[in-house]
Amino acid sequence: MEEDKRKELEEMAKKIRVDIVEMLCESGSGHPGGSLSLADIFSYLYFSGIMNIDPKNPNKKDRDRIVLSKGHACPVWYAALAEKGYFDKSHLKTLRKYGSMLQGHPDMNKTPGVDMTTGSLGQGLSCAVGMALGAKLDKLGCRIFAIVGDGECDEGQIWEAAMSAFHYKLDNLIAILDRNSLQIDGYTKDIMNSEPMINKWKSFGWEVIEINGHNLDEIESSIEKALNIKNKPVCIVANTIKGKGVSFMEGECGWHGKAPSEEEKEKAIRDCMCKA
Amino acid sequence: MIPENIKKILSNEDKKVATRKAYGERLAELGEKNKNIVALDCDLSKSTMTALFARKFPDRFFNFGIAESNMISAAAGLSTMGKIPFASTFAVFASKRACDQVSISVAYPHLNVKICATHSGVSIGEDGATHQAIIDAAIMRAMPGMVVLSPCDGTETKKVIDRIAEYKGPCYVRLCRVASPVIFNESYNFEIGKGIKIMEGGSATIISAGFTTHIAMQAARKLEEDGIEVDLINMVSIKPIDSKLIIESAKKTGLVITVEDHSVIGGLGGAVCEVLSCNMPTKVVRLGVQDKFGSSGSPSELVSAYGFDAASIIKTVKENIC
Ligand SMILES: Cc1ncc(C[n+]2csc(CCOP(=O)(O)OP(=O)(O)O)c2C)c(N)n1
Ligand SMILES: [Mg+2]
Repeated sequence: MEEDKRKELEEMAKKIRVDIVEMLCESGSGHPGGSLSLADIFSYLYFSGIMNIDPKNPNKKDRDRIVLSKGHACPVWYAALAEKGYFDKSHLKTLRKYGSMLQGHPDMNKTPGVDMTTGSLGQGLSCAVGMALGAKLDKLGCRIFAIVGDGECDEGQIWEAAMSAFHYKLDNLIAILDRNSLQIDGYTKDIMNSEPMINKWKSFGWEVIEINGHNLDEIESSIEKALNIKNKPVCIVANTIKGKGVSFMEGECGWHGKAPSEEEKEKAIRDCMCKA
Repeated sequence: MIPENIKKILSNEDKKVATRKAYGERLAELGEKNKNIVALDCDLSKSTMTALFARKFPDRFFNFGIAESNMISAAAGLSTMGKIPFASTFAVFASKRACDQVSISVAYPHLNVKICATHSGVSIGEDGATHQAIIDAAIMRAMPGMVVLSPCDGTETKKVIDRIAEYKGPCYVRLCRVASPVIFNESYNFEIGKGIKIMEGGSATIISAGFTTHIAMQAARKLEEDGIEVDLINMVSIKPIDSKLIIESAKKTGLVITVEDHSVIGGLGGAVCEVLSCNMPTKVVRLGVQDKFGSSGSPSELVSAYGFDAASIIKTVKENIC
């Protein structure tokens, strides 16, 4: 990746992180950890030009789609959509409030740019399978990105979806697994050991690419590679740090689902602004 | 008494058809006219009859194997791409195994998914309780925005399928395994939200939906022979329900008996009580499965054992009219 581009995407990831912190502080609740772990990936998806999307025409038929299967991380999505111009940034302050277009979990009928409603873990990857099937039927040429949590992989439905994506040779489906090693009650290895994760996806017939999910070069090369793989779906296993960018949240399962206080906010924003 | 306008739309053929078969046939026909229709199934296509569609349109048929949750969410995904997915499996699995998927992937975003579930009720017979859907209408009815339809015969099923293919939004259709008499002829017309009064009388109102309607008709005819004339309403549209038709009839007769191959909790009987309790408080006796699980047996044995055969309906009417 060229230096300028990397700088730009890094800056955007910082902005997204600051947005997340401010949004959650304002709402007083929400999920910072799993949002922050995705900031670099969302910066890349929305601002590298890799996706065929148009914020002025969010419903165009052949657009690439994102399904946030781990729906609780929607603050990262809302931040990216606002920064991209899908809606005015002032809406971010309304997160989780009554009447807001930004619901506690993604709602496709309320938020421009949100392609699928999610929140009950395990379902989004199946929805993405349906989208990928539909895209193939109409030869739309669009790609479906499904963002899956590592704790979410405890759900049997993830593996039902994985099996069907392989069966139908969905090479227009890319799963990005946010492998931050934490779920709510602790480390995934302690709560429900899902290892060997890589081999599980491989054995379900998927092409697997393992990356550091905070390294923009690796994010780019994995997605570029994934887009060229034919006849099977691809899972990008992104090793990440939950809470990435905010020192006191990093790797702490206590920051899965609570908002920072006013003092914590100052510190958090300072952290986010620092060079990664 | 059967009103003259109803006589014109009743079938005079002596024919039996399973509603699941009528569904499969109509879906395969509609597939020709509407290229956006796709069919999904979970390893039961020969039973749900989506196999008829699959044979004609293999590219638009998706078997998900024995994974109902995945099928329902994938149907939601397909609908966001402009497809009209008809997703079929047994009603027990569509309503209970995939309950959260129907709720969150389909009903909450109000997506255009048609869940056509077969093998509803104890009338499926020998497979027993595990395969007898007796709370599916209750579950589906409770989902915000879900249309719930329970056609009583092959003709009505075909009209229902035509209509829901045009309607935009989530629908649940409750279909049956065993063949039952064809009640209506082709000139019968179906509308979402409307029931139909098949017989007229002042002594009581019998309201039925789905498999039980032919049984309720037998009972009403028998009652007529005994000098008791009843209103017989076929309430195919369980949700939205035809409140006007129910209230008018209850006002006239003062006694309502509901009949369904479903639990008396939350299905047609529950829906009728909801309508009447606030609009026209009326005594309602609910026939159907009484807070029990199903069991093995022949369909006709079970219909009697669970108390919604013609004899039970007749007895209930006679015991409750003043
Ligand atoms: C079906 C379901 N069960 C439980 C929850 C509650 N829940 C929300 S987030 C979460 C943990 C998710 O862990 P993971 O997928 O690893 O997400 P991340 O660590 O990225 O936040 C749980 C259990 C849910 N949303 N859906
Ligand atoms: Mg996790």
